[in-house]
Amino acid sequence: MDFRFTAEEEAFRKEVQAWVKAAIPQRWRELPTGFWQETDESWQISRQFQKKLGSRGWLAPAYPVEYGGAGLGHIKRLILAEELTYQDAPVGIETEITVNWVGMALQHFGSEQQKKDYLTRIAKGDIVFCLGYSEPNAGSDLASLQTRAVEKGDDYIINGQKIWCSYAHFADYCWLGAVTDPELPKHRNMSMFVVDMKNPGITIRPLINAIGCHSFNEVFFDEVHTPAASLVGVKNNGWFQLAMALDFERSGVQTAAANKLLLDHMVNYAKANKRGGKLLSKDPILRNMIAEMAIEIEVARMLCYRIAWIYSKGGHSNYESSQAMVFGSELLRRISDAGMRVLGQYGQLAYGSQRAVERAAMCRSYIASLSIGVGGGTNEIQRNIIAMRGLGLPRK
Amino acid sequence: MDLGLNEEQEMLKKSAKEFLSKECPKKLVRELDEGDSGLSRDLWKKMAGLGWMGLPFPEKFGGNGGTLLDLIVLLDEMGYNIVPGPFFATVVLAGFTLMEAGSEEQKQAYLAKICSGEMIMTLALTELDGTYLPESVETVAEAKGDQYILNGAKLFVPDANVADFLLVAARTKSGADPAEGISIFIVDVKSRGVKVTPLKTLGRDKLCEVVFDNVTIPSKDLVGKLNGGWPVIKSILRKAAVAKCAEMVGGAQASLDMAVSYAKERVQFGRPIGAFQAIQHYCANMVTDVDGSRFITYKAAWTESEGLPSDLEISMAKAWTSEAFKRVAVLAHQIFGAIGFTMDHDMHLYFRRAKAGEIAYGDADFHREIVAAQLGL
Repeated sequence: MDFRFTAEEEAFRKEVQAWVKAAIPQRWRELPTGFWQETDESWQISRQFQKKLGSRGWLAPAYPVEYGGAGLGHIKRLILAEELTYQDAPVGIETEITVNWVGMALQHFGSEQQKKDYLTRIAKGDIVFCLGYSEPNAGSDLASLQTRAVEKGDDYIINGQKIWCSYAHFADYCWLGAVTDPELPKHRNMSMFVVDMKNPGITIRPLINAIGCHSFNEVFFDEVHTPAASLVGVKNNGWFQLAMALDFERSGVQTAAANKLLLDHMVNYAKANKRGGKLLSKDPILRNMIAEMAIEIEVARMLCYRIAWIYSKGGHSNYESSQAMVFGSELLRRISDAGMRVLGQYGQLAYGSQRAVERAAMCRSYIASLSIGVGGGTNEIQRNIIAMRGLGLPRK
Repeated sequence: MDLGLNEEQEMLKKSAKEFLSKECPKKLVRELDEGDSGLSRDLWKKMAGLGWMGLPFPEKFGGNGGTLLDLIVLLDEMGYNIVPGPFFATVVLAGFTLMEAGSEEQKQAYLAKICSGEMIMTLALTELDGTYLPESVETVAEAKGDQYILNGAKLFVPDANVADFLLVAARTKSGADPAEGISIFIVDVKSRGVKVTPLKTLGRDKLCEVVFDNVTIPSKDLVGKLNGGWPVIKSILRKAAVAKCAEMVGGAQASLDMAVSYAKERVQFGRPIGAFQAIQHYCANMVTDVDGSRFITYKAAWTESEGLPSDLEISMAKAWTSEAFKRVAVLAHQIFGAIGFTMDHDMHLYFRRAKAGEIAYGDADFHREIVAAQLGL
């Protein structure tokens, strides 16, 4: 066992730290930041930042060099993700979707042409993907999706409705799951496509999320033509490909770093502020609570590191990713609540309010944390995966 | 970064599992739990024959020249199987104390005999207030010519009932700083004035009260520097805390494995109960607690093993694992239902040890306070 990063990896971390610090625009530090780009302005800053990252090879550091990556491997990808998250850099969910979920799946299942075409542009930060997974009647039971793709000549014609499509209104492409053979049983009847969002017949309707920003969308496909060549991998093998993309989605290694950011926020606040004439950091109940959060972050960090370690050895993380996701997401809720308790009355002050603390980071996280533990498969689904795939418990 | 065991550790783990499942069946565990001594001389000899007592100690004292991390791998398996007896007290508490503070002669006389399995020792540290703080050490060793006279009482001393010698932390100087003026002595249990009384405990481990009434100790039996015992004790407490975590990780893993295997077999409503989501989700929570505990424990042990500052890591591990093992054991009981709540079933053996492990070497509150201080609060 060795829990250390190598000297070279540590040097890389230093390099990343310095670069990220300098590369974040001042204006970003005034905006409400977090999981979502909450305004058009923050979206623009984020896009520019990703291009900057791309030009260094750091947007998709673990992609092979021939597809625009830096070939840096999964430990350095972990380091980069940690530093970007910890410094609250303009990198949001759209980067994760595009680079780490869809891009990784394309690496596995895409044709040579598709890899050349999409991966190189993803790695530069030139294109953004949205996901076409959930439907109004296919949420946790995703394999029941009903959107149809019918082969006709050189095209597939797509009809159906998708929901919860984050940033579909900005996306260039949709990574879409659709039924290609309704005669086959579910799990074996669908295929994955890369669909150009500029295609005629696509209608996007916004859904405003509970923090008040436009991230989600409903996307309607009405006789949308997509070339047969936009099918990825093997026809009717889509469920397997989608499930693997979901494994990547659940393999985020940055949740511990996001939690650490909030922990540091509450530690600093507790050290600097008094209540009832007494420093918060001297309150035994708060000390105990904050220490517990620090401990749980360490556990979350190890669960995340295990994922990076598995990938670095050429393996694939499956139920291990679900473990990290369940633990990390529920921890985020506990930490946000703990932070609200440390901040007391000030915790409730929202972004933009007089006397709000640190751009109301804790308050925003408190409500945003509701969504983590739902997206990418609810924690109930994750626990099913851990039990059945990890522990071999029976399905029936 | 490498989160896996090395080849030797994998072999040790495998051979320990095989050995214990054969040589330390639950029937023996129960006999030892329910008996007075808690010691099987036969098992002890066989364990010594495998070199376990000397695993982390240098070869020149008959040890195997391994690391603390190697010992952690073994303790993980010992916790999995439950191995009653004074192994922990002898190797972790006494062995490391002698290793760190003992003179060459003391190491030859005592540590070498620990390694060979000839000697059982323990550390008598905690007193009436039951804490692991220097101010709780009130037992006094008073210098008198070439000797010290020891008076006081120790509580919760593991395995003193079968120990040949005790390492006793006693006050040799009083002053403003309670951490100063503590010294460590080797005391023969057969010395006049030593009285050992076993306590009855939930964990059915053999904790004892040890009373010293004008016990005479020759000066040569001082271990380490006069008045300089506390830094040694602190180092031993770190190792003991993480070593106890390793036992708890093993116990939690065993609880999980037992419950999962039962959930696959037990049929109700026409299907294995493991097919019900409620049970699946319990199991998912349990495995995440087990894996989290193992990682945080091994990281702490690795940190201490490498000689890096480890106060934070070890306190994090002990706080987390103490509570995680309890959660796992409770859920395992829930999965077993009524049958788990019988003396004949093995589950309560683990439930008992979860609580005993939590209490030993600082509970979660104690260690969270250390974490808070380390965070600068």
